[in-house]
Order: sequence, then C-alpha cells, then structure tokens
Amino acid sequence: MKHLDEYRDADLVQRCAQRIADCVTRPWTLMEVCGGQTHAIVRHGLDELLPDGVRLVHGPGCPVCVTPTAILDKAHEIANRPEVIFCTFADMLRVPGTATDLFEVKARGGDVRIIHTPLDAIEIAEAAPDREVVLFAVGFETTAPANALCVVEARRRRLRNFSLLVSHVLVPPAMEAILRADDCRVQGFLAAGHVCSVMGVSEYRPLAARYRVPIVVTGFEPVDILHGILLCVRQLEQGRHEVENQYERAVRPDGNEAALQLVREVFTVTDRAWRGMGSIEHSGLSLAPAYRDLDALQRFGALTGPDDAPGECLSGEVLQGRRRPDECPAFGTRCTPDHPLGATMVSAEGACAAYYRYRPVPVGAESVDDAGAVRELGAVHDTGAPTGTSALRDTGEART
Amino acid sequence: MCLAIPGRIESITDPAPATRRGRVDFGGVVKEIHLVFVPEAEVGDYVLAHVGCAISRIDEEVAVRTLAELSGDAP
Ligand code: SF4
Repeated sequence: MKHLDEYRDADLVQRCAQRIADCVTRPWTLMEVCGGQTHAIVRHGLDELLPDGVRLVHGPGCPVCVTPTAILDKAHEIANRPEVIFCTFADMLRVPGTATDLFEVKARGGDVRIIHTPLDAIEIAEAAPDREVVLFAVGFETTAPANALCVVEARRRRLRNFSLLVSHVLVPPAMEAILRADDCRVQGFLAAGHVCSVMGVSEYRPLAARYRVPIVVTGFEPVDILHGILLCVRQLEQGRHEVENQYERAVRPDGNEAALQLVREVFTVTDRAWRGMGSIEHSGLSLAPAYRDLDALQRFGALTGPDDAPGECLSGEVLQGRRRPDECPAFGTRCTPDHPLGATMVSAEGACAAYYRYRPVPVGAESVDDAGAVRELGAVHDTGAPTGTSALRDTGEART
Repeated sequence: MCLAIPGRIESITDPAPATRRGRVDFGGVVKEIHLVFVPEAEVGDYVLAHVGCAISRIDEEVAVRTLAELSGDAP
C-alpha cells in the first residue's frame, strides 16, 4: 500500500539503524509516547537494531489503558440497563473494571455493540428511537474530532436518545507529568504522530525548552520510528533540545484547523484521572457546557468508586516507562489476554499485550527471569512472532 | 486507538462541508470515510483515516523528499 510499504523497506530500515549507530557515542534513554509505536517496535524488533546503550522505554499513549476504573464501572452499569444500546470500540471489551468487563456484560444479555467509527452510534440511535444509545467516547486528541463530529451530528438530527460517556485524554500533560517526576530517566521523546496530525506541534515547544528534552514527532512504520530515533539521538549528541517533525507528510505545524475548531467547540479541558498514574491537571476533555445535556453522566448518574482498581497490576509503572511489561511478576502467568489483570494486557496498543504477543515467555521457562535469560541466549525465536527485519515487508492489516 | 491508515480518495459521495464524505481505497479495500476535516482533499489525494474520519491529507511532495533524504548517502 502506498505511503505504508515504503516505510517498511528492509534496506531502508538497515540504513537508518546504521546511521543511528554511526552517530551515537553515549547511552541514551528515549520514550516512544504512543502505544501504536510500542507495538511496531516490539513486533518488528526495532529495539534490537539499536546500538548498545540506546534504550527505548514505553510511554502512556494508550487511551484504553488509562481509562480509569470508575469510568469503566460506570460503563458496565450503563450497558447493563435494558433500555440501553452501548456502543464501543472493540478494544474496550476486555478491559477489566472492579467486577466485570463489557464482554461479560454482553454475554449476559447487555446490548453492547462494537462500532468502527463513532458515527455508527448516530445511525444506531436514529434507527432505534425507543432505546437510549450511549457512545463510549474514549481516545486522545486523534479521536476527539470524530467524537466531536458525533455530538454536532446528534444536535443536527435532534436526537434525544443519544449520549456520550466521555473519557478523553490529552498527551502533552501526561508527558509533562513524566518529566516532572524526580526519578525521570527519559532524555528524549518520540511524540505520537497521529495526535500531532490533529494538534500540531506548538504545545511541545514549552515542554522541550523547560525540561531541555528533544521531542521528535514520529510516525508509526519501522522506517519512521528509526528515523525519529535518529533525529532524537542526533539532537542529544549535539546538546540540542528542539521540537522536530519526522512525520511531516501527515503533520502540519498547526495541526488540523478544521478538526481543532470543532473539538474546541464541543469539548472543554478538564482534570482527568489516568488509570495507574493518578489525576493529571488539565489532561482530559469533557463536554462543553452547551452540550452537557448529551453527557451520559447527567442521564445515568455521576461516577462513584475508585479511579484505580486495587490489585497487583503494575500498569502505572509500565505506562510511565519505569518497568518493562516482562518485569511485572504477573506477566504471562497470572496475567494473560484471556485473564487480564490490567488494561495494558488487552488493549491493541497496550505494552503488555505487545510483549505477550511478540515476546512471549518461552515454554519451560520457570519465570520471567528465566525467559529473559533464554532470550539473551537467542533461543526464543521460533515463536512465530516476527523479529528483526524479517517481517518488515508484510502487508498492512486494515487498521482504521 | 490512535491507529490511522493512508488511503486514496476515489470519489466524493457527499460534498456538503458539514457532512463531507467520500469513498477511500485502502489498498483494495474501499470504505466510506468522513472528509469533514480535510476540506482541501480531492479525488486522487491520499488521506490518513482514523476511526472512519480523515484527520490529515498526506503531503506527497514531502513524502517523496523524506524518502529521498533517507535513501541518499547524506548523513
Ligand atoms: S502484565 Fe498484567 S498485571 Fe502486569 S502490568 Fe501488565 S497488565 Fe498489569
């Protein structure tokens, strides 16, 4: 596919890796912000192509992973109501709340519908005027325009049976929360390209300047990611800390004006709790006052209960790059995609899901430590999971 | 959730600015995509689609330049 295949070219990947090796003289730790980038890195083994000392730690860029437990519990409660049709992306189905998940609610008779675009919920609402249709509006800046379009469309069609359970999150405040931590090890960021397609790059400039950290807006294909790493380590080696745009073909400096205009009309910035990470100031979106009548919390009652489920899940540590998924004691044993303890194990962009899928614990290993040791010896390569550049030419699956 | 994929606009099915839509070809799979946020994108252009909405028009010139730079021998 054009604009995809070129960025999976094995030769170009090797060239980029070589340039990184040529320019690096010291160890550096970079964080890729977006879970989509994490998946590409783990899937294609891009981290294994980097010189010793250049480390990637995985960031919080998975909206499914950070949706607080209180909102999930509310979603489950609403979806259980007989009058409700609950519309959600498939990603949210297996995310555990305190007591259940949407998959189970659906299996027990709840009318949970999987949608591919939020606008599907509008069509469903129009076709079922005697039901209450609720859209689970999650996502980062990337998804906010589509959800905003729904709100405007619901108004235009005068739908009275449509509302949104909003759990939108914003990326720059989360990056700042990571940078502010005393033990922050991140020296450079690969910022999430698709977020920036909407938002532009201006919000990153004060962050780069204040924390003296290079921020490179980066795409999602192997060549994009290695190119982003190259630009980032080049800045670090030269003592620069600027905002750079690797993903220029899809990111304008000012973002997408038309999308931003609608998002600002429909939503307002609010504080938001991030699962595992706690509350972050100005890090979320909720419906603007003029659209509050479409807020599912107004219709079905406010949130109660905890933002975080108690338990052994360490997803907060994983999402802030403090631990690798395979450093969690439950990884691959008590926590698997079939029996997840946390959202990062079930989201399509969750770091734990990426490690489980592409770097599973080998059969016979007693523990994750053993798995690590076996992997070091290079014995774990017949898992069927692509490593290195071997899979770089596989065709892109439909990923809208 | 932020996955977005490039596709080529085949036709505009609804030209009204508030509801603009078109058929977009993703390597052989054609889908109806909302084009409200890419008013400048026309038939033949590539757009980046996310959850059924185009969020950016892909700048072909920039794409060609980036690839040429990466393929070249310059450091
Ligand atoms: S492996 Fe499971 S328990 Fe551990 S951090 Fe990941 S989701 Fe949580």
